Amino acid sequence: MLKSEDKIFKNLYNELGWKIEDSIKRDDWKDTKNLISKGRDWIINEVKTSELRGRGGAGFPTGLKWSFTPKEVGSRPHYLVINADESEPGTCKDRDILRFEPQKLIEGCLIAGYAVNAHICYIYIRGEYFNEGKRLQEAIDQAYEKKYLGKNACGSEWDFDIHIHYGAGAYICGEETALLESIEGNKGQPRLKPPFPALVGLYGCPTIVNNVETIAVVPTILRRGGKWFASIGKPKNTGTKIFCISGNVNSPCNVEEEMGISLKELIEKYAGGVIGGWENLQAVIPGGSSMPLLPKKICDTITMDFDSLIENKSGLGTAGIVVINKNQDIVACMARIARFYKHESCGQCTPCREGSGWMWRILDRIAKRKATFSDIDLLSDVTKQIEGHTICAFGEGSSWPVQGLLRHFRKEIESRCREEPLIKKKIDNPYLVDQHLLENKNA
Amino acid sequence: MSLKQVHDEQPKEFNFSNENLKKAEEILKKYPEKNKKSAVMPFLYLTQRQNNNWIPLAAMKYIANYLSMPYISVYEVATFYTMYNLTPVGNFFVQVCTTTPCLIRGADKIVKLCKEKISPNENEVSKKGNCSWMEVECLGACVNAPMIQINDDYYEDLDEKSMKEILDSLMNDKPLKPGSYKGRKNTAPEKKILVKGNNHA
Repeated sequence: MLKSEDKIFKNLYNELGWKIEDSIKRDDWKDTKNLISKGRDWIINEVKTSELRGRGGAGFPTGLKWSFTPKEVGSRPHYLVINADESEPGTCKDRDILRFEPQKLIEGCLIAGYAVNAHICYIYIRGEYFNEGKRLQEAIDQAYEKKYLGKNACGSEWDFDIHIHYGAGAYICGEETALLESIEGNKGQPRLKPPFPALVGLYGCPTIVNNVETIAVVPTILRRGGKWFASIGKPKNTGTKIFCISGNVNSPCNVEEEMGISLKELIEKYAGGVIGGWENLQAVIPGGSSMPLLPKKICDTITMDFDSLIENKSGLGTAGIVVINKNQDIVACMARIARFYKHESCGQCTPCREGSGWMWRILDRIAKRKATFSDIDLLSDVTKQIEGHTICAFGEGSSWPVQGLLRHFRKEIESRCREEPLIKKKIDNPYLVDQHLLENKNA
Repeated sequence: MSLKQVHDEQPKEFNFSNENLKKAEEILKKYPEKNKKSAVMPFLYLTQRQNNNWIPLAAMKYIANYLSMPYISVYEVATFYTMYNLTPVGNFFVQVCTTTPCLIRGADKIVKLCKEKISPNENEVSKKGNCSWMEVECLGACVNAPMIQINDDYYEDLDEKSMKEILDSLMNDKPLKPGSYKGRKNTAPEKKILVKGNNHA
């Protein structure tokens, strides 16, 4: 369990005030100049020692990512881009950082910007977070007033500016290259990698893209030392993490805890337990909707960190925990998630654009008990056709939850399917045509 | 990928107001000189705010000229992103989140109330109160589910009773305050108090 003095986000619920004066009292901007004067290599090494892994979903080691940028600035400037396009169903941690701990993010931006040789930082906030963006802008203005940003930021002899760029309701813009496309003023469609953004990113220049939470923990790591951060949690899965617990629990909440805490403890201790008691638990989506769900049997013992969830064929993702109890129709829940992916597919790669619609229609049919047995294999086949055949990870994100459902709830699905093929029944159910084009209301 | 329809009746002309021209110049300063195109998204937002929360085709042409980019590129952006309204919406634009975390906490009841009180179909301006509603995907406040967004503000921790009150207040043009309707502080766990043996938030 995390000690209260080890908590990084002390103002997660805005009990202490978000203004710059309040956050300075919580040790933000303390010794920032000194930290920067220790040099790039020291900063990157300290982040490597901390074994910090990106908090946006993929869990890539942050220090390693930073070390990919060219050591010297060539003819092209470097950029730092912060991903605040938080749209993963089940996740709402970045919103609280933007609202209540903006100075941690801004200070992190300055340090990270210095470490990767960037003078300009863009923070890409999802359009729906209009008020959160306004709050962040106020916080940035306060930092400019204190001379923590701008020319010779914080006395570090490093010029640094932060700009906010709003998205406009596209989930795919949380993918780093789609996000860059969006800042450049295009449709948010991901680019092929390589080249990776660290070499060819925003406007063709070297760019580092990091999640809000990743950047916001960096100042504290540097102040207290990488070893301190690495001592929390489990090896390779270190530090603290904000967990968002939503769904069928008695008191849904955001909470900062150490990595590797057990799922049961999180739900029982902070979220007031599952509605109807632990026995009433049906399944848990452990890391935002893209991660396969876990049935109750696994939830009894699982710990929340990257590696142990991967062992159980799921993933930590963004740590958005969605609890589903036995009063819910699990197939309908997953069909709704499939509809989300159908709506949000950017349309660039055919397997994802078409497949996400197929998955939704089949799941919808199963939920309405109109499917046949052959539909189950068809569904499984479609998920395999999408996975690994798309430019970005959206393909995996949309097919994994369905594969998880098939893996753990196959009996439930079979019980809803009829044996006889549709043709015999003469049901008006044209499953070989794009159904959403026939039904305008679903378009 | 959402299908978007362009409104039938289009104004012939569109220009930024003087105030927005100043804002536009400020926005352009954020991006490198040769990458003016980056400003297309903020410009579309400016348009939407100036033009009663929707974007006419004339405005897209105006922005294309302003940023010296092809009109089709502006059109592409405006149709790709869901938050740009290409048809008029109500003064109070209610967006109901219905993705799974909200769904399992009762978003369907919220949708039902919208159908009853505002209009039977999405994106129809109500007869009374100048209000319209639509279902949207995850709004990123899952811990406060179910929730809705009215214009810029989030209304969280709703139930049927509070949703009714909010909708009535919109109809009377006196919208209630945004925030949690369970009286809890942001995303903190609720503290339960027992009053006469019953749970109270």
